[in-house]
Order: sequence, then structure tokens, then C-alpha cells
Amino acid sequence: MSEPVIEIDGLAFAYPDGHQALFGVDLHVHRGERVALLGPNGAGKTTLVLHLNGVNTAGRGTVRIAGLPVEKKHLQEIRRRVGIVFQDPDDQLFMPTVAEDVAFGPANLGLRGADLDTRVREALEQVGMAEYADRPPSHLSYGQRRRVAVATVLSMHPEVLVLDEPSSNLDPAARRELSEVLLSLDLTVFMVTHDLPYALELCPRSVILDGGVIVADGATVDVLRDEDLLRAHRLELPFGFDPARAAGRRARRGR
Amino acid sequence: MGAGHAHSLYLDRESRLHRLAPECKLVAVFTFIFLVVLTPREQFWAFAVYAVLVLAVARLGRVPSTVLARRLVVELPFLAFAFAIPFFARGEQTTVLGVSLSVSGLYASFNILAKATLGASATIVLGSTTPVRDLLKGLERLHLPRSFVSIAGFMLRYSDVIIGEMRRMKVARISRGYDPRNALQARALGAAAGALFVRSYERGERVYLAMVSRGYTGVMPDLGAPRAAAAQWRTVAVLPAAAAVVCSCAWLAQT
Repeated sequence: MSEPVIEIDGLAFAYPDGHQALFGVDLHVHRGERVALLGPNGAGKTTLVLHLNGVNTAGRGTVRIAGLPVEKKHLQEIRRRVGIVFQDPDDQLFMPTVAEDVAFGPANLGLRGADLDTRVREALEQVGMAEYADRPPSHLSYGQRRRVAVATVLSMHPEVLVLDEPSSNLDPAARRELSEVLLSLDLTVFMVTHDLPYALELCPRSVILDGGVIVADGATVDVLRDEDLLRAHRLELPFGFDPARAAGRRARRGR
Repeated sequence: MGAGHAHSLYLDRESRLHRLAPECKLVAVFTFIFLVVLTPREQFWAFAVYAVLVLAVARLGRVPSTVLARRLVVELPFLAFAFAIPFFARGEQTTVLGVSLSVSGLYASFNILAKATLGASATIVLGSTTPVRDLLKGLERLHLPRSFVSIAGFMLRYSDVIIGEMRRMKVARISRGYDPRNALQARALGAAAGALFVRSYERGERVYLAMVSRGYTGVMPDLGAPRAAAAQWRTVAVLPAAAAVVCSCAWLAQT
């Protein structure tokens, strides 16, 4: 297999207050894969995500992004390669207008002028928000803000798109619009969620993180059909949801 | 989510004034105010001419005088003090309607009233014809330190978010029958203010994380805005130039 885009080996991490969040995580994600990271609240999911771009630095073990170790001297390049979309779009969109916000990342990479404008336009077109470029983020709906948040990292041309709870607080239509956007991207996607149907729809592969270690790794449909496994890690399917049937439907749609 | 309108000062119209570059307008307004403040207070006619100038500019920018008058209400609290001066100032006294008033106090009072009203009117016209985010861009092009401009930008961006949070907390209090009748019961308000502060602080942390994740290294990127054309500078120069003439004449008349 090719060189993994995300390569985590034996990662352990404790917060400065002594609270240990990760106890040796091993995970490889390859180019073009879409992987869901499942787990109950407090499992260490967000902690793990913040290791991918060096906001947290490994206590033990290593993290590599497309072969480049996450270390201080590579941080700027690592942060270009890993685009993180945070849970609350109001945290992510801090510039006065949508276009300026989408330009923030590439401008930090040194892009200016026409190149920068092209990046911004392309990223907004990818998420279907081009016509809102000059709006202030506060005038958009929550779902639109979430899509703009995705554009703010797409404009940096990342190797891997990391999403923290992408479907939270979205109404069903906004949730579907976002999944259409995500499925249209030709990118490696790593998605933190406890929205299990969303994981099944978007990610062929799922891993479960609980107690700071990876406890399951496999095809999403198999992971979700293992009721004992889900119950052991405080994960639950919505009432009446049958993963096998849903996966069948997904296959018929040609995804 | 409540999209509040903290920037509702702006009147979205089509006018020559609206189309001018924000940095030009900023410089013109502040030079104008500076000259007004420099004018000797005894030259009443000069202030009348200034008022005509401001009204003419307001008309050019299609700011109705009713709007101007309504927005001038903000200066009232500041003028309360000015109205008290003639009653308390010492020196030569004069009698108006049987009340003994200080002459220098009356001059001081007029001075504050006239200069504050002119200054406030000029800034109201500026605010009514320029969106706040353009004002920020203007300040940046005038080489105000970029960190100042970004702090103002954050304030603008997050005031809506924080006001929304405040409103939801209020609804939550009312929904649980909160109806303070004495100071002791108002304790909940203090707690709410504290909670709001902590939440805003935490949001600040998250926003910073989102910025760092997109390559922020402590300096806001310079998005290289185009400079205003010389013709625009010549157009806006009319206002401060006229004010400069008035101010000079006032000083000549004074000596």
C-alpha cells in the first residue's frame, strides 16, 4: 500500500494538569480513504485530532502527515496539509466577511493577489457558497456557516480534511447538503462523529476510540452491526436504523 | 441563531458618498473635526457654516435629517454636564429670564454643545454611508497597526454571537420564573455575567486554536487592498479644505 497520509504510532498524551487522554494510539489512514472516528464523549477524540496538526504535541509516540513528522520546525507545512474544521463554525469564522475568512489560511501561506482570489473562489464553489463571498458570516444560516468553514480549509489545498462533529446542530437538509459537498471532494477525509448513520453514509471505514485507545477498526457497516461492541463503548444507533440495509442502499446509489 | 444587526448604523443607499473609498472619508471626517475643535468659540458664524457643510454632505450621502437628529441623541448624556456649567461657573455674570448665569460659562457651554454636535454629526454621516467592515479596511489602509484593526474586527464579528448568548441566557432565566424584585435576587444576573465572561473567554481560546490551525503565527495577513485613486482624495478634500478656510477666517476675525 502507498505511504499513509495519517500515520500515528504509539501516541500517548497527558494534559499539563496530569490528566492522561491518550494511551498509545496506532492508526494509519491512506490517501483517498474516508475514515470515521467514533467514540463516546470524553474518549479523547478531539485530543487526538489536535495532534494531527501539532496543536497538541505527542507525549510519546509519533504522528506523521504524508511522511512528515509533526514537529515544531514543520508546523506551518503540517497545518497546510491538515485542514481541521472545528465543531462550532462561529469559532472558525472570525473575519468580517466570508471571502476574507476563506482567504485567511492561504494568505498565511503567503499567497496574494490573483492567486489568492482564485483559491477563495474555487473553495467557495466547491461548497456551493460562491454567491455569499461578501456576506458577513453572522448573516448566514448555521448550515451555510458550516459549509463556509469547510471552504476555509479547502482553500489551503490540504492533503487531509479533518472534521470535528460535522453534522452537529444541522437540520436534515443542511446535513444532506454537507454530505453531498463532502462526497464530491477528492480528498482524504477523517471525520470525528457520534452520528453513526452519517459515518455509514460518508465513510467506508470506521475506528472506535475509547479510553484513549483504538478499540475497533474495520468496515463501517461491520462496526455498526456489532451491537455488543457499540454498547460496550456507549455508542447507539438511532431507533429502527439497520446498518446493513442502509449500506445496501448506499451501494445501489453507486457510492 | 439570532443574526443581530450591530452594524445597522449603515444605510444601504446608492450615492456618491457611499462609493468613496473609506480611508478617504475617514481622513476627511477627522480633519474636519480637528478643524472644528480648533475654531475659537466666540465666532458663532463659523459654527453655522460648519453645520451647513455637514448638512450638505449628509444630503449628498442621502442621510435624512430625521435619521441624523435621532442618532444625535447619543450625545445627550455628555451634554448634561455642559448645560450645568453656566449655573456654576464664576466670573462676570449676566441675567437671563431672572436667572444669574456666568458669561464664560455660557461660552464654555456653547463651545461643548457646538463642537460635540458637529463632531457627532460628521461621524454619523460617515457611519451611515460606510459599512463598518469597510471602515476597518480603511483604517488598515491608513496603516493603523494591524493588531488594533483585527481586535476591532473581532469585536464586530463576535458582538452578535455574544449578544445572542446573552439573550438565550435571559430567556432561560425567565423560563424558570426569574423575576427579580430586590437586590438580593439580582444575584443571578451577576452569575450570568460571570458565566458569559467565562464562555467568551473559552470561545476566545477556541477561535485562537482555529486560527493557529490555519497557519496563524501571530501576525494577521496583509490582504493587500487596492489604494484609493488620487481623484477620490481630491473629492473628499473639499470638506476639510472648506473647513480650513472657515477656521482661518475665524481666527483672523478673532485677532
